[in-house]
Amino acid sequence: MWLYAEDSRLPSQSIKEGDRVPDTGRRQPKGIWSLWVYIPGIILFAAVLFTAVSLGSVPVSLSDTWNILLRYLFGKGDMTGIQSGTETIIAMVRMPRVLLAAMTGGALSLAGAVMQSLLKNPLADGSTLGVSSGGALGAVLSIVLGIRLGFSPELGLALSSIAFSFLSLVFILTLTYRIDRSLSTNTIILTGVIFSMLAGSITSLLIVLSGDSLKQVVFWSMGSFSGKGWNHVILMAPVFVFGSLAIIAFSKELNAFSLGEEQARYIGVDTKTVKIALLVLTSVLIGVSVSVSGTIGFVGLVIPHITRMVTGPDHRKLLPASLITGGIFMVLTDLLSRTLLSPEEFPVGVVTSFTGAVIFIVVFYRYNRLNRRV
Amino acid sequence: MADVLPDGMERTVPGGAMLDVRNLSVQVNNRTIVDGVTFCVDENDFLMLIGPNGAGKSTLIKAIMRIYGYTGRVLLNGRDILSIKPKILASLVGVLAQEHQPLFPHTVYEVVSLGRYAHMRGLFGALSREDKAKIEEALAITGMDHMADQSVLTLSGGELQRVYLAQLLAQDPNLLILDEPANHLDIKYQITMFDIIKKWSKARGKAVMAVVHDLNTAFCYGTRALLMNEGKIYAQGEVPRVLTRENLQAVYSVDVAKWMADLMKHWN
Repeated sequence: MWLYAEDSRLPSQSIKEGDRVPDTGRRQPKGIWSLWVYIPGIILFAAVLFTAVSLGSVPVSLSDTWNILLRYLFGKGDMTGIQSGTETIIAMVRMPRVLLAAMTGGALSLAGAVMQSLLKNPLADGSTLGVSSGGALGAVLSIVLGIRLGFSPELGLALSSIAFSFLSLVFILTLTYRIDRSLSTNTIILTGVIFSMLAGSITSLLIVLSGDSLKQVVFWSMGSFSGKGWNHVILMAPVFVFGSLAIIAFSKELNAFSLGEEQARYIGVDTKTVKIALLVLTSVLIGVSVSVSGTIGFVGLVIPHITRMVTGPDHRKLLPASLITGGIFMVLTDLLSRTLLSPEEFPVGVVTSFTGAVIFIVVFYRYNRLNRRV
Repeated sequence: MADVLPDGMERTVPGGAMLDVRNLSVQVNNRTIVDGVTFCVDENDFLMLIGPNGAGKSTLIKAIMRIYGYTGRVLLNGRDILSIKPKILASLVGVLAQEHQPLFPHTVYEVVSLGRYAHMRGLFGALSREDKAKIEEALAITGMDHMADQSVLTLSGGELQRVYLAQLLAQDPNLLILDEPANHLDIKYQITMFDIIKKWSKARGKAVMAVVHDLNTAFCYGTRALLMNEGKIYAQGEVPRVLTRENLQAVYSVDVAKWMADLMKHWN
């Protein structure tokens, strides 16, 4: 019912600072301040990390794992009765691997959540925009050409991947701008899909031509955390932390963008600047993830949808929560990929694509039904 | 209205118009959509933008809001609109768009509170007391307060348009630009929407510029009218002087006045 008849509400009684605000006892978006919401998530996250470190082809008891962790993190922990081999497995193999999986999952989910709102498109993420494929091309190129930046082959791979993610982005944006000066959503997605195909075909060609390094490249291009160590963690952690925080700082703007770009402009968002900043930040996150673990599909597409069902679409909650859910999801799928056929291992990308596709169908079905109710 | 505006903006032309559009032209894909349009909007104005489909009304609005590039000049309080930062622009000018297609299940309250974006401080956009008061007020005026917690995906077209009107009222700009705000609304919503806007703007000395198709609405609510045809202004001034039988016949190629008069017979 319109309350227009209630004239007393209307004219000139503008409410000033300090006036009593009618407390309706509802709908206060607590936003970032309701941190208690995250506590169960963070506890679950820690539990998953811990369990994932202790499980594997060589089973290690939880108490031994706990002692080794204490030893490495705080210099304490009772090491009696723990074989040095076990210690090496936990500290040098599994810990970095699990951390990398967590960061990659978080980064890809965050990037996906950003893309979906920025482009107001439920199917958007790093892979549909073409950034992942571009990054992958860069990484494969550096493997095939054997580019080594001085001491560290990882660094060369990472830089090449980030650089190509950037280049793809610049290419896609320039092309989109040429086609459609307003950088509209549909044009970006179309350009992204076409660019993905182009980059993918070049990557496939390189793989076929690569000869000796074929197996490494194929395994890597399917996505895997196998054989990754602390040097990768050290490489990724700063980029991950900086990138995530910077993106979360744009929560308000992303809320506006999720109503549509024009509407965001009308309420005062500097749309072009924000859009470019966010696209650059996400391409850095995606680039570094791709360089560490190869192309892992579906995470960025699916996890934000699932998270949104719990947190709602407010980015002040959605973005931090996506980091946690993405991290948990990736650690668990990686665990699956290395224990299911133990001691054999298969690429984690296979697991994410499989589970992701199933979840995606469910999510997409529900989304469509939801939208049809309008 | 205060003479000193945000960002130290002051009127460079004392008593000059709030919105001053000079010789504005817009080309889209090498086609001229708006062709040399000049007009003003002042405080307390309710300017009705009228014209057949394709006359360039919506394009004109998007050009003013910098979504399309243009030639010519647009001055806001005497200052070139291109030099005004987006946030400050939004505290001066707000737009109610024609259509809204929400994708995510934001609540009504969340959408309305985004109207305060231009006024928010701090990284995470915590709402101040003033923000909350304006939001509550906007929800009450538009009659959406009992639906504040509902997802916008569950609303009807009319309700959704009221949510965005509430967002615009919460944004509280000095100039409201409405692009066919009652396009898909039934007659009750149409009337109430214009009643609300008229009353709200009059009480606060705001200016309104509205694209409308319904000529009766233009007569009822407008103080001035601007009749557009093929990208050009055909006539502008007080509503009865612009919406004359001759002008309408020339622009719409139909004897609108006779048709209206015939229609009215049904109601006697």
